[in-house]
Amino acid sequence: MKTIYFNKFYKSFNILSGILIIASLVFLVFKGLNFGVDFKGGTLIELRTDKSSANITKIRDSFNQMNLGDVSVKNFGNETDFVVKFEKQNSNDPKFIEEIKTKLSNSIGTVDFRRVENVGPKVSAELLRSGVIAIALSLAAMLLYIWIRFEWQFSLGAILALFHDVIITLGVFSVFSLEINLSIVAAVLTIVGYSMNDTVVIFDRVRENLRKYADVKIFELTNISINETLSRTIITSVTTLLALLSIFIFGGEILKGFSLAMILGVIFGTYSSIYIANPVLVSLKVSQRTIVKEEKE
Amino acid sequence: MLYFSKLRVFSVLIFTLIISYFTISNFTKVDDEFFSKNIKLGLDLQGGSYLLLEIDNNPVIVQRLQSKVLELKKFFKDKNIKIRNFSIKDQSIFFDVNIIKKEEVLSLLDDDKSEINTYFQQFKSHEFDIENEDNSFKLTYSDYGLVLLKNSSLDQAIETVRRRVDEVGTNEPNILKRGNDRILVELPGLDDPGRIKSLLGKTANLTFQFVATNQEQSFGTELLQYESGDREAIVSKRIIISGDNLVDAKPTMNNQTNQTVVSFSLDRVGARKFGKATSSGVGKSLAIILDGKIISSPTVQEPIVGGNGQISGDFTFQSATDLALLLRSGALPAPLNIIEERTVGPDLGKDSINAGIMSLIIGFILVVAFMFYKYRFFGLIANLALISNLFLLVGILTLFEATLTLPGIAGIILTVGMAVDANVLIFERIKEELKNENNSIIAFDSGYTKSRTTILDANITTLIAAVILFFMGSGPIKGFSITLGIGILTTLFSVYFIARLITAYYVIKNKHKEKLI
Repeated sequence: MKTIYFNKFYKSFNILSGILIIASLVFLVFKGLNFGVDFKGGTLIELRTDKSSANITKIRDSFNQMNLGDVSVKNFGNETDFVVKFEKQNSNDPKFIEEIKTKLSNSIGTVDFRRVENVGPKVSAELLRSGVIAIALSLAAMLLYIWIRFEWQFSLGAILALFHDVIITLGVFSVFSLEINLSIVAAVLTIVGYSMNDTVVIFDRVRENLRKYADVKIFELTNISINETLSRTIITSVTTLLALLSIFIFGGEILKGFSLAMILGVIFGTYSSIYIANPVLVSLKVSQRTIVKEEKE
Repeated sequence: MLYFSKLRVFSVLIFTLIISYFTISNFTKVDDEFFSKNIKLGLDLQGGSYLLLEIDNNPVIVQRLQSKVLELKKFFKDKNIKIRNFSIKDQSIFFDVNIIKKEEVLSLLDDDKSEINTYFQQFKSHEFDIENEDNSFKLTYSDYGLVLLKNSSLDQAIETVRRRVDEVGTNEPNILKRGNDRILVELPGLDDPGRIKSLLGKTANLTFQFVATNQEQSFGTELLQYESGDREAIVSKRIIISGDNLVDAKPTMNNQTNQTVVSFSLDRVGARKFGKATSSGVGKSLAIILDGKIISSPTVQEPIVGGNGQISGDFTFQSATDLALLLRSGALPAPLNIIEERTVGPDLGKDSINAGIMSLIIGFILVVAFMFYKYRFFGLIANLALISNLFLLVGILTLFEATLTLPGIAGIILTVGMAVDANVLIFERIKEELKNENNSIIAFDSGYTKSRTTILDANITTLIAAVILFFMGSGPIKGFSITLGIGILTTLFSVYFIARLITAYYVIKNKHKEKLI
């Protein structure tokens, strides 16, 4: 196979990644994330109307009259399905949902509540905390694992690649105001696992090549390793993306956000294994001596 | 890496077949409990309600402190120590002693064998923490005292919740403790939890107290609202009987008034007390009080001595049934708050299953077609491994009766996408080895050997993520971590035992062929 000179573009792609990360952070700080009821508290109702004449404006108007705080209404999958979210949550009142349903039927006709989620402020705060802890914990566990398996230069490269993927994926969610809920946390954790997986495959090869070629510089060596593992990188990304696309298209509305986050994560994860993890090895001047020293110990 | 003993071939085969059997058992009916296992569907797939309840322990704490004050008074009186200014504030007991007795009181409270402030050997802690300044004392529940109190009220509450849910008769409810002040209630198949919520939202503290004859508030009486909210009455604080004395309650029709009432029967102690009170109280009004509100206050016409009675009120048949149910199942030790509720209707659950299976099939076909396109015959081997992987995964989920959720299905699809990675790593490596090695058996062997650490590394990282999700995630997300985690294990098995076995067989047979892969 023809060799592709990935290493020629290390600098330019690093600049691009830097810009993307800064842009993502700016969005995350100033625009923030669109937290769903899992993390913000409140009520979510997925409803199906009888006929397609019931439109968003009508539904929003009738909810706004009920004094439920901030209301958001979105179409969900097809013309008759909607997701309504509002701040007020009152799960202690057993008639709360029933009354909303009665009022709604009076104004727009028969409705079917297909899903109701009601999360109190205490629970949502806990869910958010445990989500953040889970992500932090998984990053720490990856760091620990790769630290045991590789030299510290490699760990740093892999972890930087992980942060890169997680930050940019969240950045995309912020830019497009996509909802962050529990399943997005699961997606982020899986992205962490996938991105690590991808990086480890290339790093394993880099380390092997460091032993094999005594006189090749790391700049060249990373490129050789990337090329040698390239077809595997492509095939695995493609099969994973095929599976994810299938979930995204056919898996129903509930899994849309989850599969989208995963698709972004796989794309960024594949890219960062090549363009973040490897340049880190180059700039840390990893050489044949790095691993020889390790083996002596 | 290519050698397999006959025994090993045999055990791989048997293991695969047995586990795969359980996958198939999801679609067949067998008259045996062990062999007709089915995968359990999560609430998001079969529809149902998930409620998280939190006990409000503050009233329990105050109640316990009140009885502790009585205990303390008696205790110190027996010891001839004068205690003054008892009060309860901020969940603590305050009192003063004569300064001379200070040391004695302190040692009585602080001793490891203290009779009044229990010392828990296992926690190395007293029930109450003591603060002392000059002649004033402050008693507050210690962390462990609080834990014990919360645990006992949780145990009581969970029993009552279970009885109430069972009485309503939903199928296979799941009621679990969460921490030391929460109860998780899962109600499969229930798409309108309104009734259960209203039943669980009531403490159901029933008392019978006389309406005070003197309509002026004084010590020993309290002002209470009527349930209807339009009037109030002053009642005596003395409780004649409470819900604890009830042995049965059911809704009935009163033939004279043609109203729905709740008839109840009392235990022996309750019947005696009730008989005595009603004998001396003919002509008085008897307030029937539920959770601090008066349901009704009938006038006592004659002594009620048989231990049977009726509660009248503005009942519909439904509300009388619910009240009877609450009385039968007993009072909660403290109010419960519903802090999280998730309900999925059955038709959404069905739609989710269909969408999940649809995307699984399509994802599977896409991956299989791609692998065949890339590797031809070896693609078939990888695909065979993939199929057995799926059978193993679903079989293990069934065998352990794991709960399958919608994200869990996503985990299975994701496993399909990522599982081929191991075989791809091996095949690519073999291709490289074949460039420098003419003996195809040696090339295949070293292809397997050299890719092994990489494959392990790559899978362990995903496994770490799955394990963390399992411990941190809840409900549906936990389902995702289970399928993802088990998927990694079955992937490794199918790659290293099934695919390798077929590869070895094929390569040894065709070792002289020109282009193997």
